[in-house]
Amino acid sequence: MNQIPFIQIALIILFLPLAGFFFTLLFGKKIKQMYLFETAIITIALGLSIYMAWMKLAYFAAERVVSEFTWIDMGNTPGFGKLTVELGMMIDNVTVLLLFVVCLISALVHYFSIEYMKGDKRYNRFFAYLGIFTFSMLGIVFTHNMLMMYIFWELVGLSSYLLIGFWYEKKSASDAAKKAFIVNRVGDVGMLAGILIMFITYKTFTFDKIFLAISQGHLPFNSEFWLTALGILLFCGAIGKSAQFPLHVWLPDAMEGPTPVSALIHAATMVAAGVYLTVRIFPLLTGDALLFIATVGALSAFIPATIALTQNDIKKVLAYSTISQLGYMVMALGVGAYAYGFFHLVTHAFFKAGLFLGSGSVIHAMHHEQDIQKMGGLKKKLPKTYYTFLIFSLAISGIPLTSGFLSKDGILASAYAFGSLTGYKIFAITGFLVALLTAFYMFRLLILTFHGEPKNKEKYDHAHESPALMTYPLILLAILSIFAFYTANPTSAEKGWVMQTWLKTPETVVPQSSRYSFMAKHEEATVENKEAQPQHETTVVHSEEYMEAMHHAHYPAMFLSLGVAVLGILTAFFFYFWKKVDTDKLVNSIKPLYNFSLNKWYFDELYDMTIVNGTMVLSRFLAWFDNTIVDGIVNGSATVTRFISRVSGLFDTYVVDGIVNLTATLSGLLGIFVRKIQTGKVQTYLILVIFSLVMLTFIYLYKILPFGLEFKM
Amino acid sequence: MDMYAVMFYFFAVVTIASAFAVVSTKNIIYSAFNLMLTFFGVAGIYVLLGADFIAIVQLIVYVGGILILLIFGVMLTNKITDSEIKTGWTQVLPAMLVVAAFAGTLLGMVLKSNWRVLPQLQQPVTGLADIGVLLVNEYALIFELLGALLLIALIGAASIARK
Amino acid sequence: MHQITLLHFLFVSSTLFCLGLFCVVARKNAIMVLMGIELILNSANINFVAFSRFGGFGYNGQIAALFVIILAAAESAIALAIVLNIYKMFNNVNVDEIDNMRE
Repeated sequence: MNQIPFIQIALIILFLPLAGFFFTLLFGKKIKQMYLFETAIITIALGLSIYMAWMKLAYFAAERVVSEFTWIDMGNTPGFGKLTVELGMMIDNVTVLLLFVVCLISALVHYFSIEYMKGDKRYNRFFAYLGIFTFSMLGIVFTHNMLMMYIFWELVGLSSYLLIGFWYEKKSASDAAKKAFIVNRVGDVGMLAGILIMFITYKTFTFDKIFLAISQGHLPFNSEFWLTALGILLFCGAIGKSAQFPLHVWLPDAMEGPTPVSALIHAATMVAAGVYLTVRIFPLLTGDALLFIATVGALSAFIPATIALTQNDIKKVLAYSTISQLGYMVMALGVGAYAYGFFHLVTHAFFKAGLFLGSGSVIHAMHHEQDIQKMGGLKKKLPKTYYTFLIFSLAISGIPLTSGFLSKDGILASAYAFGSLTGYKIFAITGFLVALLTAFYMFRLLILTFHGEPKNKEKYDHAHESPALMTYPLILLAILSIFAFYTANPTSAEKGWVMQTWLKTPETVVPQSSRYSFMAKHEEATVENKEAQPQHETTVVHSEEYMEAMHHAHYPAMFLSLGVAVLGILTAFFFYFWKKVDTDKLVNSIKPLYNFSLNKWYFDELYDMTIVNGTMVLSRFLAWFDNTIVDGIVNGSATVTRFISRVSGLFDTYVVDGIVNLTATLSGLLGIFVRKIQTGKVQTYLILVIFSLVMLTFIYLYKILPFGLEFKM
Repeated sequence: MDMYAVMFYFFAVVTIASAFAVVSTKNIIYSAFNLMLTFFGVAGIYVLLGADFIAIVQLIVYVGGILILLIFGVMLTNKITDSEIKTGWTQVLPAMLVVAAFAGTLLGMVLKSNWRVLPQLQQPVTGLADIGVLLVNEYALIFELLGALLLIALIGAASIARK
Repeated sequence: MHQITLLHFLFVSSTLFCLGLFCVVARKNAIMVLMGIELILNSANINFVAFSRFGGFGYNGQIAALFVIILAAAESAIALAIVLNIYKMFNNVNVDEIDNMRE
């Protein structure tokens, strides 16, 4: 297989958005149409990515392309050993799938923004930021090593900061941007620690080499505990970026950014980066680390789902549902359902981007009204938005015939099987509970927004369907939320091409003793075998009992998930459409619980009280320390320095300057003597010239030199 | 004593005597006219050396051009009303000493050098055609450059004098 | 008297050169300095032509002499222009009084 075209196309796709960013930023102020350039560039990148994904998945599905070069070569470093840093790209099925998703969503968001952001005073700059965001996300997608991952990781952090704080005149927007940035840093500290441990142990950043080293029994600090710790530390980055509990607080606030940004960052790309990282490091995660990850995922799925029940801001509801769905993915990875986790990432990217863009359309139509209490009855006014929104809601609730059903059902079945194999049934129970809540709050949102009587007559009358550039992305995303793109069988994805050929769970490399029991290796899969063919995608992994458990789990999970989804939807209709129950009365009867949910479990307040206040107290102490002790030392040394400089000043004045002046005086005396010759008359000079010429000629002719010098020629 | 030698000594005496007059006369106008005599003498020497063309050019350019320029210079830089267009010497003694030393050196060099002279002298031949051929072939570039230089000098002189 | 040789011509040119040099060094008037320069150039020309004749260089020496004459014309034109300027500035053309270069 010829690998070079893949790498070249990948490089072009990677750097196109960067070029778009630079040119749009440079010329954006002068040329009003610069946004079209950026949009065109993204369209080209999308075209290339479709071509590449198709080539890869259709013809080379079983292979992977790796291209690397040595970036830094320090040779043998004392105390460390051979220090080389390699950069490179890796293209496998996961890469191209996410590549396609990122490019598609990014392009659609560009088109959508052309209408949505119209009239903004920093219109072109917005597109430039979208460009750099896409660039950094693509960097994460293509990387084959942890260093590049980390670099682009931080770039994503930066560009999300720029985008969330795009309307920085608004205090809340700039605060949200800062919050997102800082909370992400908290997770990144863990990730950095993990990377450092990894580099110290394996002296490389490259995933493949690390996996190979682990499979040969080379562990950090020679202990399985540290391998678990390494996995968890790396996962910390994902907790921050994918807004997992307990660092999920930044994502809802980040809704202060423009809605297309929410669609891009919070549905498809940035938050997906965390899951993608987990997918990449999946082989080195031990059983304990996976359990930790699953727990974090379950908590992140459950808590935001309860919060979303009571939120009234259309984007806040979607934000919490995003965290909840990300929790699903992480939980899926945690219970070992690698393929379903990533599958859900892809399907979720489409319908969540659709939901955000749909909400953008609604907000646009309602003139920046985001409160669903003030909406209602928009179905007639915004038919296209309504029907696409309905499809997305069905997808996220997990109703058959949609993509969401396939992936969600897979995750639930995996969790169910995991429960029956290991006894940790809590994940399956959480999964079904969250599915119920999801269906409920999504349809609450849908009904309050689109059905019933309009609450705000004036705004309702002015509402109108969004222009084509905004609705066509919605329709496209709605089409992509249909099951037919992923499998031919609408009830299960297991036999479809995504599961069968595209997504293969990579073999875990951790020692036998620290795996889940069902991931235990068969006897024949020995270390030597793997070494023999390290370039090929290693396939699996799961023992037969796991397969059997999955098989058993399939039907119960399917019916159960369908059941809870329908139950959730019916409840929502019962409450809000038919109004059989007086919701206000219900709220009053469980007031504390309601408030608890409405105030987001008081997470912000908790962090304010503990971490923020703690930091304040600490900084106050540090300030005092600085002012009295550090400054004291500084001032003391300043006094000493001043004394020394006074002494050296005296030395300068009398000794050094004396020498200098002496030289000057001598030169002056010499000058007084020499200037006598300098009459300023040309003819005097001429006489001197002739005289010296005569002297030279004499020397040449008679070979005589003064002072006993010898003539040589 | 053949005719050639007679002519040589005649022209040599004319040249040197008039050149001495140029240097020693106080009156600049006299100097200028003596300079003309010198030029004539040098032209004669050229003829004796078989360089007819150079001799003609010498007469045309030096006598017809440069000398006239010099005389104009004298006229323009001295007030006509001053009947005395005279000028003196400066630092005569050191000048004389140095020039004498120089003359000695030069003489020494001329006498000491072992001149490689062709065994028999050809009779003077007029080679105007050959000079023309050389000018437009081997020395074409220098010839062109000199043309340009002359133009530049003309313009430069005009612009400097006009200020 | 015997044959006229190269040395005869060299003596004439050397004498001319020394007279020109003295003129340049010792005369006050700038125009006289120019005349001295012309003398020096003439003596050099005699050398060129003489060497070309006695040394068997063909017409190359004559062409060099020709070029020197052309340069002399250009030089005297420029020099006289400069002298005129000096006259306008100092109201005389005495070289020894023009010593602005001293400081």
